[in-house]
Amino acid sequence: MDFDTMIAAVMVLSSGLALTLSLTVMALMAGFVLSVPLAFMRAFARPALSRTVLSYTYVFRGTPMLVQLFLVYYGLGQIEAVRASVFWVILRDPFWCALLTFSLNSAAHTTEILCRGLQSVPKGTTEAATALGLKPMQVARLVTFPIAFRISLPAYGNEVVGMMKGSSLASTVTLLEVTGMARQMVSMTFAPYEIFIVAGAIYLLLTSLAVKATQFLERQLATDGTARRWRQPRFATTVPEHRLTTPMP
Amino acid sequence: MNGFAIQFAGALLITIGLGLVSGFLGTVFGLMLAILKNARTPRVAGLITAYTTIVRGVPELVIILLIYFGGTALASKIAGRYVEINAFTAGIVALTVVFSGYATEVFRGAIAAIPAGQAEAAKSLGLNAWQRWMFVIGPQMCRLALPAYGNLWISLFKDTALVSIVGLSDIMRVASVGAGSMRAPLTFYLAASALYLLLTTVTLVSIRSVERRYPALGR
Amino acid sequence: MRIVLAGTVFVAAMIPALPTRAENTRVITIATEGASPPWDGTNEKGELYGYDIDVGLDLCRRVNVQCKFVAQDWDGIIPALLVGKYDVIMSGMAITEKRKQSIAFSHPYAAGYNQLVVRKELGLDPGDTRQRLNLSAIDAGGKAVLERLRSILTGKTMGVLRSSNSEAVLKELFGDVVTLRSYDSLDNLKLDLAAGRVDGGLADYFTWRDFLETPEGAGATFLGPQVNGGLWGPGVGAGMRKDDGELLARFNTALDAAVADGTIKTLSLKWFKTDISPATSK
Repeated sequence: MDFDTMIAAVMVLSSGLALTLSLTVMALMAGFVLSVPLAFMRAFARPALSRTVLSYTYVFRGTPMLVQLFLVYYGLGQIEAVRASVFWVILRDPFWCALLTFSLNSAAHTTEILCRGLQSVPKGTTEAATALGLKPMQVARLVTFPIAFRISLPAYGNEVVGMMKGSSLASTVTLLEVTGMARQMVSMTFAPYEIFIVAGAIYLLLTSLAVKATQFLERQLATDGTARRWRQPRFATTVPEHRLTTPMP
Repeated sequence: MNGFAIQFAGALLITIGLGLVSGFLGTVFGLMLAILKNARTPRVAGLITAYTTIVRGVPELVIILLIYFGGTALASKIAGRYVEINAFTAGIVALTVVFSGYATEVFRGAIAAIPAGQAEAAKSLGLNAWQRWMFVIGPQMCRLALPAYGNLWISLFKDTALVSIVGLSDIMRVASVGAGSMRAPLTFYLAASALYLLLTTVTLVSIRSVERRYPALGR
Repeated sequence: MRIVLAGTVFVAAMIPALPTRAENTRVITIATEGASPPWDGTNEKGELYGYDIDVGLDLCRRVNVQCKFVAQDWDGIIPALLVGKYDVIMSGMAITEKRKQSIAFSHPYAAGYNQLVVRKELGLDPGDTRQRLNLSAIDAGGKAVLERLRSILTGKTMGVLRSSNSEAVLKELFGDVVTLRSYDSLDNLKLDLAAGRVDGGLADYFTWRDFLETPEGAGATFLGPQVNGGLWGPGVGAGMRKDDGELLARFNTALDAAVADGTIKTLSLKWFKTDISPATSK
């Protein structure tokens, strides 16, 4: 074990941190935005539509993300028509290829997570909201989704961690994020353990932070008395409408 | 292309072998760790928590690279003489480590979900620790853990793709070698996707049928 | 306790111990990348073929040991040798000072050279592509050639094999003016060159020549002189662990014999269609 190498590795690998984080965060955001309508379709739409969404999520959840990445990166690049099209501006760049793959993958997982949440919202709650005169869109926005989101949060936390770890695959398409930096450095110093241990530690730190953040959010949105007591005054003053949009009265 | 079809068939067997062996070993380890974590001193529980946290918090790719490169050196040091760890063993060890990390948490959660009164009742009936586990806790835990445990198997078969990096001729490696040498990435990666989808579908169907046969008790 | 004991027994059983390293019964494992034909490639049956493999098998026959070739990705090829995954690297690897710090090399078994390629549609003037340029001895003319390349490559994206000498050379010569992309394998670099993701690349001349003859490689062309020397050192050699001195000595003896009786020349002509056997086996 060579500590000088490890210290050097901390410095070098940190330079890949920005790329790892931006890939993870952007993929999660794009995936989430995409998954909300898909989850509603999957949970409540006509069987034909629901099955179409299922086939998308099934394929993306049933194959390794590495294969998906290679399909998007090398596979699409092989098709002449794609190279001639406007999409090539995006697909030409490894960063956008990785981001596209990760977003589609994350959307598939998040859709299923949210769908399970949506389906476990008690029927009585939505019926009550409808009885109060809320329109279907309002019920979905103000009642069903917030409750479903809170139910889904622990599972979504796993998806956040999974995507953070999955971003390491970007190193296979020439991107120099943390793992890419590590492999680059290993190939120059021939010191695999020191460097991969440092890389592992960096990811562990990131994923631990993500877990902590999810747990914090879970506490914030919890409906049992303890957490709400100190939540309400904090938000009530700054965000007056919060009580309206907050999940679960 | 015919040559590659034969290669894919061999690769499918390697991937299945990798998955089955490391899934089985991972289950055994995960079960042991989960039982230890529930029953033993805080220090043991803390160590096990550290293990599962690390395994679940570090990318599978990094774990595999570490074990492939670090494994031989570590094993040689422990044994005091040169020990060869071939690619298949390295792959199995890496996947077992990953699988057991997640399985421990799944089993532990399932054990914790069984009301404490059950064990106490069994104790008062005069069952010893082994009997309590075999006849009371175990069967209920298995049923409770089944859905999450099934998902672990699906993830496992997908994670085998990462092992191609250490040179095993699994599905992914055959695909990337073929994609490169025949310069037909689309065909080869689509073929690989289809094979993985087949594997995960078979896994899913088997898990579902077991779930139907053994639903969680009292639900 | 029983569980811990069972675990220990289990772990012990997991490790297939191979203590037999006696020289006479030893099977030599040779690693090659298997993605850089004609040096080394993988055919559709999954078998390795190429100059590296043929030379390796010939040397093994002379040394009178059993040999087995395995494939290994380039960026881990030296670390894996060092931890003992295999005994020899024969993968078109140039003998360099930097690598010599980690591993030992046999005498050279080929004198390769390298060249830039770029996509034709960029319309760059290739200059004299038959000219040789030794980076260890650059004269005024050589300097002018490099300056010209530097100016026309400015702003381009160039691909190289990760952890190769080409990567180091390109970084040193043009690192400040081009965007460098490092690939896991040359085959992937070729795919991206065909797709137009990179503007060009630097790698072994023969690998490029084979590629440019394929339909996918038709869109690319050589640029500038054939370069050697510098970081590439005296040529291509077989890499071994430094503590494996006996194997190295036996390989060197066999190699000298193979150069002397023309075997290396024959194999070179078979794979490269040119004689690139090393000038002297020293």
